[in-house]
Amino acid sequence: MDQLLQHVVNALIIGGTYALLGIGLTLIFGIMRVVNFTHGELYAFGAYMMYAWVMLLGVNFIAALVIAVALGVALGALIELVLLRRLRGADIDTTMLVMIGAWIAMQNTEQLAWSGVAKSINTPFPADPLVLGPISVSWTRVFVFVVAIILIAATYALIQKTKLGKAMRATFQDREAAALMGIQIDTIHTATFAIGSGLAAAAGTLLGPVFVVYPTIGDSASLKAFAIVILGGLGSIPGATVGGFILAFVEEIGAGYISSGYRDAMGFLLIILILIVKPTGLFAQKERIG
Amino acid sequence: MRIHPLKAVLSVIWASLLTVPAWSQDTIKIGVTEPLTGAFAASGNYVVQGAKIAEDEINANGGVLGKKIQLIIEDNKSNPTEAVNTVEKLIVKDKVPVIMGAWSSTLTLAVMPKMMEYKVPLLVETSSSGKITTSGNPYVFRISPTSAMEAVAFKDLLPKLKIKKADFLNTNNDFGIGSAAEYSKMLKANGVKIGVLETMDPKATDFSAQLTRIKASGGDALFVTTAVEQNTLILKQAKELGLKTRVITTGGSNSPDQLIAQAGAAADGSYHTVFFPPWFPDTVKNPAVAKRYMAEWKKRGYEPGGLTEGFRGYDGIYTIVEAIKKAGKADPAAIKDALWKITVHGVYGDISFKKQGPAGAESGQNTPTVYLVEIKNGKVVNPF
Repeated sequence: MDQLLQHVVNALIIGGTYALLGIGLTLIFGIMRVVNFTHGELYAFGAYMMYAWVMLLGVNFIAALVIAVALGVALGALIELVLLRRLRGADIDTTMLVMIGAWIAMQNTEQLAWSGVAKSINTPFPADPLVLGPISVSWTRVFVFVVAIILIAATYALIQKTKLGKAMRATFQDREAAALMGIQIDTIHTATFAIGSGLAAAAGTLLGPVFVVYPTIGDSASLKAFAIVILGGLGSIPGATVGGFILAFVEEIGAGYISSGYRDAMGFLLIILILIVKPTGLFAQKERIG
Repeated sequence: MRIHPLKAVLSVIWASLLTVPAWSQDTIKIGVTEPLTGAFAASGNYVVQGAKIAEDEINANGGVLGKKIQLIIEDNKSNPTEAVNTVEKLIVKDKVPVIMGAWSSTLTLAVMPKMMEYKVPLLVETSSSGKITTSGNPYVFRISPTSAMEAVAFKDLLPKLKIKKADFLNTNNDFGIGSAAEYSKMLKANGVKIGVLETMDPKATDFSAQLTRIKASGGDALFVTTAVEQNTLILKQAKELGLKTRVITTGGSNSPDQLIAQAGAAADGSYHTVFFPPWFPDTVKNPAVAKRYMAEWKKRGYEPGGLTEGFRGYDGIYTIVEAIKKAGKADPAAIKDALWKITVHGVYGDISFKKQGPAGAESGQNTPTVYLVEIKNGKVVNPF
C-alpha cells in the first residue's frame, strides 16, 4: 500500500509534464494540421536555455524559467514565420518532411553548441526531500508539478476565455469560414505554433533541472508527446491532458508491478489497445471536412 | 557519420585503384571508435582525450618504426548501427591496421563480426561483458576487466562491507545484464540474500518506479550498473525518495568526481568500483606512468572527473603502439600476433593478454586490478 501511494505520487508528477508536452503538440496539429517533429527540440531548447541562464549567467531560477519559456515562444514564432508560412496549402507530407529536416538541423546545432556531454542544472530548492508518512518526494518535483498544473490551467483559460482562443477554436473548426469572418489566419497560425512551442520549452525548463540535459533528450520527449496525442485523440486538448496522466500512470504502475525492463513498452502497448477499441483516440473531436 | 551507399561503393573502387597500401605512408594510422555523442558521450570523450595524450607523447618521443602515429577518431553516437558504420569506414576508407573501441559492451559486440570479416584486430579499452572475449573472436584483445573478474575481486571486500541483502538496478544492455548476473551469482554463493533485480532503458532518465520497488525490498546494498549519466540521476533520485540503502556502482565507468560535482550531497555514502584510483596514485602498479598521465591531463585542463575513464584510451593507444613496434610493421595480421607477445607498463597495471574463449579462436584478455572507493563528505576516500 505504501509502495502504491509512492507510485501514484511519482506518476502524478511526471504526468503533469507529459500533459504539457502533449497539449503543445495537439494544439499545433489541431489548428495547423502540422505534424510537428521539432516539438522535442523545443523541449531540449528550453532545458538548454535553463542551463545557460542559471548555470552560465547566474540568473535567478524563477527569472530564468520565464526567460527560457519566452525564448521558446519566440523560437516557435520564428519557425512558423520562416518555414511554415511558406508551406501553407502544401500537402501534409511536404510539411512533414520540412519539419523532419528542421528537427535534425536543430538537434545537431545543439550538439555543436553544447557538446555531447550531459549538463546538470542546480535548483534553489532544499536537497532533502519532502516526507509525508511513507511518501517521499523532492521539492524540485513538487515545484515542477505545481508549475505544470498552472500552465495547463492557463492554456485552458487562453483557449476558452480569450478572444484569441475563440479565434483559434474557430480556425480549428473551419479555416475558410473563420477567414471569411475576418479572423487573421496568419496571426492565428503564428500564435498557435508559438504557444505550442512555448509549452514544449516549458516542459524542458521544468524537467531539465530534475534530470540532466544532453542533445538527444528531445527524442524521447517527442516520442512521449506523439504517444499522448494519439492516445487522447488528435487535436483534442482534454485528450492530451488526460492522455499525459494515463501514460504516466501506466508506465509507473507497469514498471512497479510488472517489469521495469518494459517500462516504455507499457505505454505503447496501451496505445495499441486503445486504437483497436477506439481508432480516433479517447477524446477525438468531430470536425467538418471540406 | 552515416556512409552513403554510393559513397561507400565509390570509396571501395577508389581504394582498389590505389596500388600502394595505405600503411606504407608516412604516418601510421590507428582507428578509434568511441561514443562522442548520445547516451555515453561523457565517457567516450574522456577516453578520446586520454588517447590523444598518448598520441602526442608517443609522437614527441619519435613515434614508432620511425613514423608518427595518427589517430583517426570516429563518433559511434552510442548507437550499435553507427558503431558498425564507423568501423567499416575506418577499415575500408582509412585503411587502419588496428582499431580501439567501442566503449559500451553493446557497441563492441556489434562491431566484432566486422573485425573478423576484415581480419583487423580490435583493442577493447572499456567494455566488460563476458561475451566479448568468450565468443570465439580471435581479433579481440581486451585490456579492461570482465564483469566476472570484477565480481571475483569484490568477493574479498564482502566481510568488510557486511552486506546481508542486495538489490540490483542495471541498464538493459549487455554491460548491465552481464554485470548483474555475475555479481548476483557471486553474492548468492557467499550467503547474501538477493532482493529485487530491476532494469532500466539505457536512455531512461526517470527511475522513480524502480527505486520505489527497491525501497520496498529493503536490502542494505543496491548494486547499480550503468554509465555516469544514469549513476548521477539514480543517486539524486534515490535521495529524493528517501532510499537509505548503500549504493554501490560497478563497471568502473562511474567517474566519482563527476558524481560529486553533479549529484552533490546525494553522492555521499556511495561506493564505486574503479580500475584506476587517481586519488591514490601511489597505490597502483606503475605510479610513474599514472602520474605522467595525470599531470598531462591536468595541464590540458581536462575535467578531473574524467581521469578514471581517460586512462583507458591512454593505455589502449600505448598497447597498440607497443604491438606495432613488436610486429615491426603496421600490418593487421602482424599486429594481431604481436599483441600476444607484449607486456605494457600502463595505468591499468602491467598489461598482457591471456587466452580466453573456445580453443583455436581465443580472444586476448588482460587482468587488471579492481579498486573500491567511497564518497564521504564530498571527497573520494579509501573505505578500508
